[in-house]
Amino acid sequence: MPLGNAEHDPDQILVLEAFADTIVPGAKRSPEDRAIAGVVDDPGAVEAGAVTLLGDPAGGLAPALEVAAMELDEYATEYAREHDLTLDADVPPFVALSFADRTALVARLCAPDHPEKQMWVGLALFSNMAYDSGAHLSTTEALSTGHPGLLGIGFAPPQEDGLWRFPRFSYGRQLADLHPHTTSTGSPS
Amino acid sequence: MTTVEKTDVLIVGSGFGGAIAAYHLSAGGAKVTVLERGPWLQAEEFDHDYKLGSSFTRIFDFVVGDGMSVLGGNCVGGGSVVYFATMPRAPRFVFHRRGSIGRPMWPATITRDTLDPWYDRVAEALPITTTPWDQVPYAGGLWAAACNHAGRTANPAPSAVDLSLCTNCNWMMAGCRFDAKRSLLLNYLPAALSYGAEIRPLHEVQSLTRNHDGSYRVHYRIVDGEDYRVLHDAGEIDAKIVILAAGAGATPVILRRSEPQLGTMPYAVGRYFSGNGERLNTAVFDEDRVRDVLGLTREGGKAYEAYQIGRGPTVANWDHLDGSLPEYERFSLEQLYFPPALGTILAQVPDATGPSWFGMEKKELLRRWQSWLTIFVMSEDDNEGFFGPLPETGNANRFSQQMLGHGPLRYTPTANTRRGWALADAEIKDILERDGLARVMPWTNDLVGAYTVHPLASCRIGDDPATSALDDRHELRDHPGIFVTDGSAVPGALTVNPASTIAALAERAMPGIVAAARARGVNVRYGAPSPDGATAGRRAVANTV
Repeated sequence: MPLGNAEHDPDQILVLEAFADTIVPGAKRSPEDRAIAGVVDDPGAVEAGAVTLLGDPAGGLAPALEVAAMELDEYATEYAREHDLTLDADVPPFVALSFADRTALVARLCAPDHPEKQMWVGLALFSNMAYDSGAHLSTTEALSTGHPGLLGIGFAPPQEDGLWRFPRFSYGRQLADLHPHTTSTGSPS
Repeated sequence: MTTVEKTDVLIVGSGFGGAIAAYHLSAGGAKVTVLERGPWLQAEEFDHDYKLGSSFTRIFDFVVGDGMSVLGGNCVGGGSVVYFATMPRAPRFVFHRRGSIGRPMWPATITRDTLDPWYDRVAEALPITTTPWDQVPYAGGLWAAACNHAGRTANPAPSAVDLSLCTNCNWMMAGCRFDAKRSLLLNYLPAALSYGAEIRPLHEVQSLTRNHDGSYRVHYRIVDGEDYRVLHDAGEIDAKIVILAAGAGATPVILRRSEPQLGTMPYAVGRYFSGNGERLNTAVFDEDRVRDVLGLTREGGKAYEAYQIGRGPTVANWDHLDGSLPEYERFSLEQLYFPPALGTILAQVPDATGPSWFGMEKKELLRRWQSWLTIFVMSEDDNEGFFGPLPETGNANRFSQQMLGHGPLRYTPTANTRRGWALADAEIKDILERDGLARVMPWTNDLVGAYTVHPLASCRIGDDPATSALDDRHELRDHPGIFVTDGSAVPGALTVNPASTIAALAERAMPGIVAAARARGVNVRYGAPSPDGATAGRRAVANTV
C-alpha cells in the first residue's frame, strides 16, 4: 500500500517508523536497522504495520505524513540543540535521537498544551492501533499470519468460521451479595 | 418547478429517541419519515473485524472535542446497535438533582415513580431481563468477587441481551452478529416499518426552516456510503412535526445551525452538556492472587485471563448510589470490556517510571491484556459542556473516512466533577489493590480530554426556561412543533447507563407528541401495543395519558 506523500522518500519512512517505535517499541529487524531503537526483544508497532496503517487513505493521516516527518526532524534538531547533542548526519535527525530522547520529545509533542498536539496524538493513536488491533488487516488474516501485536496481547483466535464464540465463559456462581435496595427488575431503587 | 416532498412527521435519527417515535406515530396512523445519517446494516453485515472499513468503523463515531470526546452510534438503530445493552433504571435521587443551577433540574412532573410505568414499556418492548449469576462472564465474576472481598455488594445489571443466543464474543461495539443484542433493529424499527414508516439511511440533516403555514422544511445532504467525508446531493422534506433524535452530540448542532432561519433558540440549546460523569480505570490482575485470595479458577487451570470473553459490562457496584450522600459523591462502578484499537492507548501504567501511556512499560502492560479489567465510573458531573463554533456540515469535521472526526464540544471539568472522579478512583483502588489483587490506574485525560459513551443534556427538558431548552413534553421552547426525544433531552448525569432512561422518556413523550400532531391536522392516535403486540405496558400507562 502506498504511504501517502511519503511513498518515494525512504527518509520519511524512517522517521515515521522511529515515531511508531517510540509508541510501541520493538526489536531491530537487522543489525543495521536505525529506525527501530531495539530496546526490547520482540516486534513492536513497526513490524505490526504502523507505517502501512498511517498511510491508509481511510485513516485520514496520509496527507499529513510528509509534513509530520519534516516537523519531527525539525523538532529533533531543536531538541538536540537544547540538550547539546550531536546528531549522526547519516540518518534523519529524529532517527538519530536515542530512544530516551525520542521518548522525551514525543511526550512533549503530545502534552496537553502543545499547539500541534492533535496531530501527534493522532500519529500515536494509529501507531498503537497498528499494534493492538492491526486495523490495516482483516483480524482473522492478521491472526493467522502471526500479527505481532494481536499475538502480543494474547488475543484469542476465532472459531473455524472466522467468528468468535466462547462456550465457556462463567465462573457459574454467585460471587457477591446484591445491593440491599435492588428492585424486582434488577435495578437500583 | 420541483415539488418538495411532504410527510406528517419527520424524525431525525433512528436511535432510541427516533425509533420509539417512529413506531408510535406510524402505528397511530401518521406518515412518518426517518432520516438517519449512518448506514443500514443487518446482523450478517456485522463483522468480527477491526479493519478500517468493517462494521466496527462504519457504524460507530468517535468525535474528538476540546476537553471531551464522544463515542456514539452512526447507523440505523443508532446507539442501540453499538451499545452494550446494559439497562438499569436511574436511581430515585437522580430525579431530585439540583446540579450546577442550584435548583431542581428535572421537571417536577418526572420522578422515578412517575417514570416507572414508562420504563416498564421499554422493558417489555426490547425486552430487558435480569442476569442470573451463572450467565455472568468471568470479568463480571471477577469484579463481583473483588467487591465481595472488600466488603462491598455487586449486582448483575439488567440487560437487553437474549442470553440464549449470546456467544460472549465481546464484539458488540461492531454490532451483534448473532442478533442476541436486542437492538432497535429487532423491535421498534421493524414494527414501525410494518406500519409504513420510511427509513432513509445516509441522509444527514443539516438544518430546519419554518414554512408560512407553521410547518417545517428539513434540509439534508446524502452521505457517501463508504467515505463519510464526502457529501452528495442536497434535499428537502416538509413536515408538520419534526422530532430531533440525532443524539446529544448532534441535535443541538442542527438547531443552532438553524437559528438564523428559525429565530432565537432557547439559551440551553447546546449548553449544559453532560458526559454522564464518565471515566475509566484499567486494572491489571495478579493471576496468582486471583486464585489464592478470591478462590477463582476456570478451565485450563487459569484463574482469570479472560478480559476478551463476555459481553461488555455485566456486573456493577451500586454502594455509592445512596441518596443520603451529597450530590457529586454518588456514582456507580461497572465492570466493562473495551476493545483494542481505540481505548487501549488511554490506559496508563500503574507506577510508571517513564511515560504512562506509551513506550516500554506500556508495552509490558499490553502483554498482560487478558488479565485486564476495566472499571467504568458513571458519576454526577456539572453539565459544564457547551458547543463552540459549528462545523459547516454535520456535527464534526470528519478526519477519517469513517469514525474519527473533530467536533465543536467544549468541556472543562469543574471541581465538583473532578472530586467525584477522585472519590470513584479511590474506591476502585481500595477494592482492587486490596491484598495485592491488582494494580489500577485511571485512563489519561491528556490525549483526547475526558470521554463519554453516553452524551446527555445538550438540549434538555426542565421547568425553568432559563436553563432548559424543552418543556416537560419535550417541545422546543418558542418553536412549536419541534420536539427532542434523544439523550440531549435528559437533564443531567444519571450515575448509571442511560439508555433505559432515554427510552422511557421517549415513551413518556409520545402521547403529547401525538396530541401536538393531531392539533396540526395529522390523523393519528396514541395507543399502540408493544412492538411484538404485548399489551401489559400499554395497560399500565393507560391512566397516565
